[in-house]
Amino acid sequence: MNPEFEHLYQALSKVDGFIYPNEIELSWSVLIVLYPFITGLVAGAFILASLERVFNVKSLKPTYVIALLTAFSFMLVATMPLVFHLGQPFRAWEIMITPHLTSAMAIFGFVYLWYLMVVLLLEIWFDYRVDLVIWSKTATGFKRIVYKALSLGSDDISPKSVKLDDKLGYIVTVIGIPSAFLLHGYVGFIFGSIKANPWWSTVMMPIIFLFSAMVSGIALVMVLFIVINYLRKQKIDMLCLDTIAKYLFYIIIIDFTMESLDQIHRFYEAEESFEIISLLISGHLNFTLLIMQIGVGMMLPLGTLGVLQFYKPAAHIRKAIYFVVGILVLIGIFFMRWNVVIGGQLFSKSFLGFTSFKLSLIGSEGFLMASIWLVVPFFILTFLLWLFPPWKKTPVDH
Amino acid sequence: MPLHLKRLLMLGVLIVLLFLLLKHLLTPVSFGQFGHYRGKAIDEIAAHQVKFVGNKACVSCHDTIVTMKNEGYHSDLSCEGCHGAAYLHVDHPKLEKLFKPDSREFCGKCHSINKARPEKAVTQQNIKDHHPEDKCIKCHNPHQP
Ligand code: HEC
Ligand code: HEC
Ligand code: HEC
Ligand code: HEC
Repeated sequence: MNPEFEHLYQALSKVDGFIYPNEIELSWSVLIVLYPFITGLVAGAFILASLERVFNVKSLKPTYVIALLTAFSFMLVATMPLVFHLGQPFRAWEIMITPHLTSAMAIFGFVYLWYLMVVLLLEIWFDYRVDLVIWSKTATGFKRIVYKALSLGSDDISPKSVKLDDKLGYIVTVIGIPSAFLLHGYVGFIFGSIKANPWWSTVMMPIIFLFSAMVSGIALVMVLFIVINYLRKQKIDMLCLDTIAKYLFYIIIIDFTMESLDQIHRFYEAEESFEIISLLISGHLNFTLLIMQIGVGMMLPLGTLGVLQFYKPAAHIRKAIYFVVGILVLIGIFFMRWNVVIGGQLFSKSFLGFTSFKLSLIGSEGFLMASIWLVVPFFILTFLLWLFPPWKKTPVDH
Repeated sequence: MPLHLKRLLMLGVLIVLLFLLLKHLLTPVSFGQFGHYRGKAIDEIAAHQVKFVGNKACVSCHDTIVTMKNEGYHSDLSCEGCHGAAYLHVDHPKLEKLFKPDSREFCGKCHSINKARPEKAVTQQNIKDHHPEDKCIKCHNPHQP
C-alpha cells in the first residue's frame, strides 16, 4: 500500500458505497445517545410517581418517593453529556442568557429548568417538608444544617398547613405530568424535526420517545426498588412490585405498538429513502436493532411479563424475574436511543452508501466517559437516600 | 398564608430576579446590535494582527531571493507558504528566525504523486525513486528549482 494514501485507505475502509466526505466520521457519538436515555429515565420515573399521586394507584405508594428522587438524581446529570460533548463547559450557560427562539436546543434549556426547578424540586419539597421540620429538630451536625435551611426556617406543621402542602403538591404533580411529557416529547422533537434525515424525521418521534421514556423510567424504578429493599434487608412489598410490573407491561405494549406503527408506515410509504433504510436495518443495525432493541429489550420482557399476568410463580422467583426483565428493558431502551442517534448518521444523505461506527474505549466521546455519566446519578441517588431516607418519613395519606 | 409558603414565594421571586440580574450583567453589551450575536465580535476579529505579511514585505531585505524566485518555476508560490507566517520576523529578523523546510517530505507535499492533483498544475515526481540518497535542495535550489 502506498503510504501516502494510508489515511485515505483507513477512512475508506469504514465506508460502503457512495458517501459525502463529511459523513465519514460521526459527529454525534455515545454521549448524545446518553442524553435522550437519561432524560427518558427522568420523565419515566416521574410519571410512575404521578400514577400514585394523581391517578391514585395506592399500591404504588412505596415507590413514590424513590421514583421522585430517582428522577431528580438523573435530572441533575441530564445535560452533562451534552455539555461534555460540546466541550465548552464555561460557555454552556450562555445559551440561557441569550436564548434564541428558533434554536431547539435553547428552548430545551428552559423546558429543562422549568421541569427541574418548578416541578421536581417543588414536588419533592412539599412531600418532605414535614419531615424536614421534624428532622431538623432531631438530627445533628451537617444534616441538621441542611434540614434547617431546606425547611426555610419555618416549623409550621399544623394539620392545616400540612393539608395545604398536600394540596399544593398535588397541583404541582398535575402540572408535572404535562411537563414530563413536554420534556421528553421535546427531546424526541429535536430529532424528529430534522427533516433532512429520513430515519429521524417523523412526527411519531416525540410520541415514541415519550413512551419508551416511560418504559425505561418504570423499569429503572422497579429495579431500584428491588435493589434498595435487598440492601436494606427488608421484605419487599410484592403487591407493589406486581403493580409496577403490570404498568410496565401495559406501557411496553403501547410503546411496541407505536414503534411498529412508525415502521409499518415507513414500509408502506416506501419513499425514496426506503431502500437505504431497509439496508440499514438489515445491515449495520442488525444487532443493535433487531436483536438488542426488539428481541432482548422488547419481545423477551413483553413475553415474560405477559405470562406473569396469568401465571404467578412464588414471590422470590417473581422478584428475580422482575429484576432481570427490568435490566433487559433498560438495555433495550438504551439501544433504542443508540439506533436512533447512531443509526441516523450511518447512511449517506445521498442514500447511496454507509459509513460505520466503532465506539472507542477512552477519549472524550468514549465508553468510559459515557459510563461515568451513567454511574454518577446512582451516587447522587445514594446520597439523597442517605440524606432524606424515605423509610424514615412520617407516613402521610395523600 | 403559612410562613413557609411565604418564604418559598420569596425564594422563587428571588431566583427569578437573580436570573434577570445575571442575564442583564452577563449579556455582552454589544449583543444584538446587528443580529443574534455580539456586534463587537466583528471589530474584535478585524483587530486581530495579520500574521501573513506577503511577499512584498521581504523585498527590502531579501531582494536577491525574491528576484530569483520570481524568475523561476516557484514564482507563483508565496514565501510564507514555505517559511511560515513572518509577522514577527519582519520586525525582529535576528530574534525571530523563520522555519527552513529542507526535508524531502516537505517538497513531497506538493510534488509527490497524487492522482487527485492535476499534473499540469504541479509537476509530480515519485519521491521514493527520484534520487533518494540526498535532500531535494542539494540539487534544486528551493527558490529557483
Ligand atoms: C528587515 C529586514 C528583513 C525583512 C523585511 C525580512 N527578513 Fe528575513 N532575514 C533578515 C535577516 C537580517 C536575516 C538573517 C538573520 C540571521 O541570520 O540571524 C533573515 C533571515 C531569514 C531567513 C533564514 C532564517 C534562518 O534560520 O537562517 C528566512 C527563511 C527569511 N529571513 C525569510 C524572510 C521572509 C519570507 C520575509 C518576508 C516575509 C523576510 N524574511 C523578511 C531580514 C529580513
Ligand atoms: C518552495 C518553498 C520555498 C519558497 C516558496 C521560498 N523559500 Fe526560502 N527557503 C526554502 C528552503 C527549503 C530553504 C533552505 C535552503 C537551505 O537550507 O539551503 C530556504 C532558505 C531561505 C533563506 C535562507 C537562505 C540561506 O542561505 O540560509 C532565506 C533568506 C529565504 N529562504 C527567503 C525566502 C524568501 C524571501 C522567499 C520569497 C521570495 C522564499 N524564501 C521563498 C524554501 C522556500
Ligand atoms: C506549495 C507547493 C510547492 C512546494 C512546497 C514545492 N513546490 Fe516545487 N513547484 C510548485 C509549483 C506550483 C511549481 C510550478 C509548476 C510546475 O512546473 O510544476 C513547481 C515547480 C518545481 C520544479 C520545476 C518542475 C518542472 O516543471 O520542471 C521543481 C524542480 C520543483 N518545483 C522542486 C521543488 C523542491 C525541491 C521543493 C522543496 C524545497 C519544492 N519544489 C516545493 C509547487 C511547490
Ligand atoms: C541528486 C540530485 C537530485 C535530487 C536529490 C533531487 N532531484 Fe529532482 N531532479 C534532478 C535532476 C537532474 C532533474 C532533471 C532530470 C529528471 O527529470 O530526472 C530533476 C527533476 C525534478 C523535477 C522535474 C521533473 C520533470 O518531469 O520535469 C521535479 C519536480 C523534481 N526533480 C523534484 C524533486 C524533489 C521533490 C526532490 C526531493 C524529494 C528532488 N527532486 C531531489 C536532480 C535531483
